Amino acid sequence: MQKEISKKKIVVKDLNLFYGEFHALKAINMDIYEGEVTALIGPSGCGKSTFLKTLNRMNDLVEHVRVTGSITLDGNEILSDVDVVALRKRVGMVFQKPNPFPMSIYDNVAYGPRIHGIKKKSQLDEIVEKSLRAAALWDEVSDRLSKSALGISGGQQQRLCIARTLATEPEVLLMDEPTSALDPISTSKIEELCETLKKNYTIVIVTHNMQQAGRISDRTAFFLLGELVEYDLTERIFHRPRNEKTERYITGRFG
Amino acid sequence: MKDVSVISQRKGLSYEKAIESVFFISALLMVLSVVLIFIYIFMEGVPPILKIGLGPFILGTQWTPTYTTPQYGILPMIMASLIGMMGAILVGVPIGIFTAIMLAEIAPRPVTRILKPAIELLAGIPSVVYGFFGLTVIVPFIRVQLKSPTGTGLLAMIIILAIMVIPTIVNITENSLRAVPKEYKEGSLALGASQIETIFKVTLPAAKSGILASVVLGMGRAIGETMAVIMVCGNIPKMPQSLLSTVSPMTATIAKDMSYAGPFHRSALFGIGVVLFVFIILLNLVLNLLVRKASR
Ligand SMILES: Nc1ncnc2c1ncn2[C@@H]1O[C@H](COP(=O)(O)OP(=O)(O)OP(=O)(O)O)[C@@H](O)[C@H]1O
Ligand SMILES: [Mg+2]
Repeated sequence: MQKEISKKKIVVKDLNLFYGEFHALKAINMDIYEGEVTALIGPSGCGKSTFLKTLNRMNDLVEHVRVTGSITLDGNEILSDVDVVALRKRVGMVFQKPNPFPMSIYDNVAYGPRIHGIKKKSQLDEIVEKSLRAAALWDEVSDRLSKSALGISGGQQQRLCIARTLATEPEVLLMDEPTSALDPISTSKIEELCETLKKNYTIVIVTHNMQQAGRISDRTAFFLLGELVEYDLTERIFHRPRNEKTERYITGRFG
Repeated sequence: MKDVSVISQRKGLSYEKAIESVFFISALLMVLSVVLIFIYIFMEGVPPILKIGLGPFILGTQWTPTYTTPQYGILPMIMASLIGMMGAILVGVPIGIFTAIMLAEIAPRPVTRILKPAIELLAGIPSVVYGFFGLTVIVPFIRVQLKSPTGTGLLAMIIILAIMVIPTIVNITENSLRAVPKEYKEGSLALGASQIETIFKVTLPAAKSGILASVVLGMGRAIGETMAVIMVCGNIPKMPQSLLSTVSPMTATIAKDMSYAGPFHRSALFGIGVVLFVFIILLNLVLNLLVRKASR
């Protein structure tokens, strides 16, 4: 099991998060390993999205949020005074609902690189093509890069959002139910994508689909009511869970 | 069961018909009054233009209706109206847009809660009050600081008009900024863009047509404003030479001359009304195009 000796990319220690008075994440401890796909599962409202958003500080946008504990990325604390803009460049995020900008396909992908200072057309062209290829979208849109991104299908939009995130070359890729609005074909494309992308990226993916978690992830974390109930290699979680609640959730006999 | 539902449906139907006809009549009245105004102004205003000649009327630079050989050239007024409008837009649009960004994107909620009603109130102040403010504050300021003989003129007019169009621009721009889906902003921030980059590269472009519509509405307000302008423009229908020139835009001339105009002079004023009307129609056409583009 070579996986167990991978490097720890993100280390979460004693993380608590409050929305006002509401205790949404309770004492989470979790190590996320480099070059792996980590799946977050659990019933609706258990805090998966909340947890994901603390990893790139998107929770800062929510009013009255209070976070305690520690999260380190490559050993550096990210919860205290860090440059969140730089952090979000390193820890990219794909949202549950595809959210391409109302611009051309090309400009969507070039958005990040442009923000980060790349101006040369040839260089941008190269990044756009590379990112779209990596997101398995190039063949479908290469002849209409200048068309509006809002005019392509939902599945294509989601892959465009992945391409857009890849274009900024993040180290960690956070995906919040990226396939929940997609048909089976688009879903399997995105699953294949995770498989190829994990060579270069660390991926954390939220999913409600047990089969999906089983298929694509190396490790799985089961959340329940803001607590991390069980976190282990996916194989163990699915075949020999230690916690009875985990077993009940996975076998669909929950609640 | 079936019968009951059919009966209640019939009842609902006649009720709906009645309400529908109320809507219809109201709309008809509106359309009718627009058409009547249109016909009246054009019937009164087009013949004198034809008599004076379209060229001499629109391009003539002398407005001397009370002379023994009167001349009816309204170019100075058109220029005053257009420069006044452009100046107001040039000053008012950036201030208005930045204020709207402040309100919609940056200011904490308590600040917005005070600032927003204040700006909305600004939109409801009668124009004579703006004129009074111009006369007692802006005009003396220009007279003293810029050493203009009276202080009245183009500059005072531009400042007052700018203040008057800002609320329109702020309100509509703020609404269209708020209507930009927050998913766009999140997407941008998640890519490592800063808040300011997100505003300028994603939010403003996404709100573009609403902002343009606010500018066009502001232009309409500026070119049509009368009372406030009469009080600060100087009311001399000469070609403007500088920002300190005393001028008399179309609206001010119509309002001021009407009280003492002889029969043909009066008709010529209606001619000015026609020109003003054409400008407003053009602005509205542009506005409709923008709104249609926005809804697509
Ligand atoms: N902005 C917020 N303000 C207050 N409470 C919130 C906020 N966002 C989430 N919550 C609460 O925090 C809890 C966790 O929400 P979260 O969105 O993380 O759940 P989730 O596991 O992602 O659920 P789902 O599977 O439905 O997406 C929920 O009880 C939710 O109501
Ligand atoms: Mg969620």
